[in-house]
Amino acid sequence: MTKQILEIENLCVDIDVPSGVLRAVQNISFTVAKGETLSIVGESGCGKSITALSLMNLLPKSAKRSADKLTLDGRDLRDLNEREMSDLRGDAMAMIFQEPMTSLNPAYTIGNQLEEAMLRHRNVSTAEARDRAVFLLEKVGITAARSRLGQYPHQLSGGLRQRVMIAMSLMCEPALILADEPTTALDVTIQAQILHLLAELRHEFDSSLILITHDLGIVARVADRVAVMYAGEFVETGTTEQVFNAPSHPYTQGLLRCIPIPGKTKRGAHLGAIPGIVPNLVGRIEGCHFASRCPYADDACRTGDVALRPSFEKSHEYRCVLSPEICAANLKSGAAA
Amino acid sequence: MLAYALKRLGVALLVALTVSIIAFSMVYLPGDPAMALAPESATEADIEHIRKVYGFDRSMVVQYLDWLFHAVQGDFGQSHYLNEPVANVIFDRLPTTMLLGACAITFALLLSIPLGVIAAIRPNSLIDRIALTIAVVGQAMPSFWFALTMMLWFGITWRLLPITGTDSWKHFVMPAIALGYYVTPGVMRLTRAGMLEVLASDYIRTARAKGLRPVRVLFKHALRNAILPVVSLAAVQFGFMLGGSVVIETIFAINGLGFLAWESITRADLPMMQAIVLVLSVFYIVLTLLADLLNAFLDPRIRVT
Repeated sequence: MTKQILEIENLCVDIDVPSGVLRAVQNISFTVAKGETLSIVGESGCGKSITALSLMNLLPKSAKRSADKLTLDGRDLRDLNEREMSDLRGDAMAMIFQEPMTSLNPAYTIGNQLEEAMLRHRNVSTAEARDRAVFLLEKVGITAARSRLGQYPHQLSGGLRQRVMIAMSLMCEPALILADEPTTALDVTIQAQILHLLAELRHEFDSSLILITHDLGIVARVADRVAVMYAGEFVETGTTEQVFNAPSHPYTQGLLRCIPIPGKTKRGAHLGAIPGIVPNLVGRIEGCHFASRCPYADDACRTGDVALRPSFEKSHEYRCVLSPEICAANLKSGAAA
Repeated sequence: MLAYALKRLGVALLVALTVSIIAFSMVYLPGDPAMALAPESATEADIEHIRKVYGFDRSMVVQYLDWLFHAVQGDFGQSHYLNEPVANVIFDRLPTTMLLGACAITFALLLSIPLGVIAAIRPNSLIDRIALTIAVVGQAMPSFWFALTMMLWFGITWRLLPITGTDSWKHFVMPAIALGYYVTPGVMRLTRAGMLEVLASDYIRTARAKGLRPVRVLFKHALRNAILPVVSLAAVQFGFMLGGSVVIETIFAINGLGFLAWESITRADLPMMQAIVLVLSVFYIVLTLLADLLNAFLDPRIRVT
């Protein structure tokens, strides 16, 4: 059995807002094994970025985190104080953000910002940190790496800056990398390069990766396992194969129907769309969170909590009152329609 | 960096030239300067004589060029009132005003930047409220009234500080506070706003995600960026203090440039007024230039292209 790097049970994040308590993340549980890539997929505002920030303990002050279990490499993160937590950040776990254009400090050279990440956690000289920075800049495909160290962020393109951010996350060889929509702000051609790079580096350094995205195409290419998130909850989890080949939850089915497939989708034909909007997460939602947008919802869905249940295979779970057989049938009829 | 510096220097020289024209022309604003100088009993012939002696009969362009030619060599002519070279009087008074201005701006920055930073770290806290109160009071209260209140308490009631003169460092405490306090609100609010904006930025989150200690995040990553607009404001305010210390210098009987300016206006001492306006403007321009260069040093987006 492979070693679990990250183990989470019933993670909740509540955010105080003027109108009440926004339940951004509700009882999500998952594990990430060593070297594994887990992708958390969902639309904007479903709580996926908040999940990542809560693991780093970088949530805004108005947000409260709670969990029954939260361990990184066997270490309980729940009762670490801010000082102990900052010892882990950038060392055992590192994060790559969505906005490469604004995620680097404009006042310092990239060399300075890269070295700093290592000097904070390792007892090394500036020269050693610089060598490590050059090594990693070359790894992330930046040419003339040593001369780049003296450049400032505004002299680099968005794609290059994201490569710098990736190199920065690798400075201390973290056990876990959190990538929050790392390619969303980039051109499509650059997106592919960055993803390829992330997948390659993950193998090379044997880090675990949590990839947060709303782009299912990305998931299919790099993830080992997928968690589909909707309105603060995981609605379906499984291996990438299970979720893509046999999506069970009506939301996952709807998401996959939104992707055009070259050669299969007729030109000019309507792409799928999920009607309605994400429910307001302030206060408690009775019943299934997706009920208001679900084509199969009936009264049974709107009372009582819906638990995750196993699909045909045990490692594939989804959160719906419908049986696996009915879900499979829905998928077929939905695809036909 | 050098190209940027040269460009700023060129702009500064052009501004100085423009200011010199305005300073020179000021003399003609109230009308015929010969008429203004002449006593009321003067005859037409007397006025004509004055016009000749002071050279007012020449064309304005010639007079300006003549004045400028001497001014750049440090010769601002003879004071009409004191019968002394204008330059001597000015450079006699200038150090006092500079010292007062330097003390005042130092006081203002030492008070306002830390308060602004603390207010931004803990918005809406007690310290933020106190800082806001200081800012509002400072903005609303006339500086002469604040100066007089201080004199009354610290000078007369408690006898802690001397109230007039420039004999020791103690004499500069109250004037510097009175002058500096006026600048504090603007600098403090700008620091607070800048810090709030920077602290919410993505690169601060990156710095925290690297595990950096809060002090390092604050001083290395945040303050460096938040301080940029403050540098420009502080330079402008310092320039303003040098010229605008008229009230404070008068109240505390400090024989500085501001006081001299006020005296010269009441005496219609034209060459003195021209010279003071030009000297203060040049200081202002130099300070702005220095602020631009300091900003370029702090912000690579200006320096490196």
